[in-house]
Amino acid sequence: MTAKKERKMKMVFTKFAAKISAVVIASTLAIASSSVGARAAEDGGTPHYPLKKPLEQKWSFSGPFGHFDKAQLQRGLKVYTDNCSSCHSLNLLSYRNLSALGYNEQQIKNYAAEKEVTDGPNEDGEMFDRPAKSTDRFVGPFANDEEAKASNNGALPPDMSLLAKARAPERGFPTFIFDIFTMYTENGPDYIYTLLTGYQDAPDSVVVQDGLHYNPYFVSGNALAMSPPLIDDEFEYDDGTPGTIDQQAKDISAFLAWAADPKLDQRKERGFIVILFLLIFAGLLYFTKKKIWSDVAH
Amino acid sequence: MSGHSTYHPTSGFGKFMDDRLPIARLVHDSFVSFPVPRNLNNFYTFGGILMVMLVSQIITGVVIAMHFTPDASMAFDSVHLLRRDVEYGHTLQSWHAVGASMFFIAVYIHIFRSLYYGSYKAPREILWILGVVIYLLMMATAFMGYVLPWGQMSYWGAQVITNFFSAIPLVGDTVREFLLGGYAVGNATLNRFFSLHYLLPFMITGVVILHVWTLHVTGQTNPTGVEVKSKQDVIPFTPYATIKDAFAMVVFMIIMCYFVFYMPDYLGHADNYIPANSNVTPAHIVPEWYFLPFYAVLRAIDFNIGIPFTDIVLIDSKLGGVLAMFGAIAVLFFVPWLDTSDVRSANYRPMYKIFFWIFAINAVFLGYLGSRPAEGIWIPLMKASTLWYFFHFIVIMPLLGWFEKPLPRPASITDAVLAKNGGASIAQIEGTAAEPQAKG
Repeated sequence: MTAKKERKMKMVFTKFAAKISAVVIASTLAIASSSVGARAAEDGGTPHYPLKKPLEQKWSFSGPFGHFDKAQLQRGLKVYTDNCSSCHSLNLLSYRNLSALGYNEQQIKNYAAEKEVTDGPNEDGEMFDRPAKSTDRFVGPFANDEEAKASNNGALPPDMSLLAKARAPERGFPTFIFDIFTMYTENGPDYIYTLLTGYQDAPDSVVVQDGLHYNPYFVSGNALAMSPPLIDDEFEYDDGTPGTIDQQAKDISAFLAWAADPKLDQRKERGFIVILFLLIFAGLLYFTKKKIWSDVAH
Repeated sequence: MSGHSTYHPTSGFGKFMDDRLPIARLVHDSFVSFPVPRNLNNFYTFGGILMVMLVSQIITGVVIAMHFTPDASMAFDSVHLLRRDVEYGHTLQSWHAVGASMFFIAVYIHIFRSLYYGSYKAPREILWILGVVIYLLMMATAFMGYVLPWGQMSYWGAQVITNFFSAIPLVGDTVREFLLGGYAVGNATLNRFFSLHYLLPFMITGVVILHVWTLHVTGQTNPTGVEVKSKQDVIPFTPYATIKDAFAMVVFMIIMCYFVFYMPDYLGHADNYIPANSNVTPAHIVPEWYFLPFYAVLRAIDFNIGIPFTDIVLIDSKLGGVLAMFGAIAVLFFVPWLDTSDVRSANYRPMYKIFFWIFAINAVFLGYLGSRPAEGIWIPLMKASTLWYFFHFIVIMPLLGWFEKPLPRPASITDAVLAKNGGASIAQIEGTAAEPQAKG
């Protein structure tokens, strides 16, 4: 191949390649924009839940130095005990874990003793009931899933131990990238708070099935089986905080965040020390490297 | 391993051992006196980072296995009791889970570095192929590891991926049942995946040893792509490469710790905090992020391939998708021969450089598409992006070798370094003598 011919072929090829890329990019953009418009217009296809994104709240446990607010967790436990616990279990928690909320041994013992567990067999080979101890796991409201369904119109109230981690609606592009830098990990508690305060009347265009309750923040549909669980001023907290729906929702969300990640405080403290150490170590290595490489052009 | 050894045992014990089991000599020749090109940049540190990640995953994994119960009714709780009740348990578990993701981040940078600097070209084809084998083993290990916590995504991911095998004509269902140990994902699946998840990392270790061995036979490439020609081109591994790798490793570790301690769930999926339930299918089943590009390729093939104008179907959409997905990995094995250019480094290949970046952006985009549901606009985008993936390897790579006019390359690594540094004196270059690299 002569140099001239080669150059000509190269030019042809370059143009060809440029054209292909241009066509691909242009057509994808065209399809993208037209279909977005089309979807908005016809309002068909599979709807994506939740219909509305959770509202971001301020939490004491967000950020690099975040830690749980014990008073808030105690209030959250009250909401759980008086309200949620009639349907939802907390299988992964033990009563002894409540010491993290600032309760002493006796208080935990008394709290546990309100429930009964089946133990045994005893020396006679018989099972027996006894009050729960602090080493027992939280006693749930139902013996099994079937009983739970039977008493809730066929709907199974989920276990709440990991709820604050298991419910995290998609953040979408490009928010999920910014989240790395803002250290946003409170999607779960935000969701729970928003769901609890988000019950409203369904718009006329929406038909809500019998026994379901409209809530645009629900993660897997436009309505859920749980009726609005919180009642305004149902009770007053022991610390005098007014028990508004908003306050209760906030407290139970924080409590569930703790239940799902009880080692959060420790994790963040440990992370700070580890990263501080690594930063200093990296600095020392950097200057050592500079010194070692100073006699080599590279 | 290459060149003649410069190891001189001084102590009596050293001499005794050297005549019988010269392991100190092996270490000295491989990691102390081993000559490396003087112009390696930081992208060349990821090989070392990957070795550390492999060891870190094995150590954390072995300890987690002490607390894990491979039983369908207990696996989920055992992972969470480890996080709650075992000292350092949550750090350990996060380190292992985040570690898998960081392992893949490092391996992707390592692979793209190879593609950019043409590290797979003769005489390093086997080095590259061993690398692809390691990558495949890593994918198998990671997939099976993700099944073990027995959450919803574990379960349904296993369901979807083992289903691929049923697409194989004639023996597909038998193969699938053999993998699962039953007709569906269940306790038997969990048990065999646990066993294999423990086994595969040691197989990876074996292939890594071969990978490093081939590397030490051929020597490393470098950003100029010009082979080492004289002893001025190289510097001894220790202290130069050792300190450089150590610094890069610690920086990498800082990023990893940010995720481990502050955002441990960011790289995972929320649904895996729901225990596996065979009666409830998640709204969107998505694999771990590092498989997403291949998941997009799988779903891009939603049409049957048959003889035109007849109803005869040769390859149905399911088999087509599986073939395309495995083809996307298989094509990597042929890269050393698909690339017809004599020039290694993209620095001297103006057109390849452009196509490399288009390919890289397309690969990331393919990953994003993998996380989208297979509906609406996403399907044609998946198709276009998949097409470009294969087009790059099968059409662009071979053609560029013929059409592209490379830029003039430096005569040697030392020349390139001198040109870059402008005024660096020859004395400075000669000041650091190391053994020249010998092939073979």
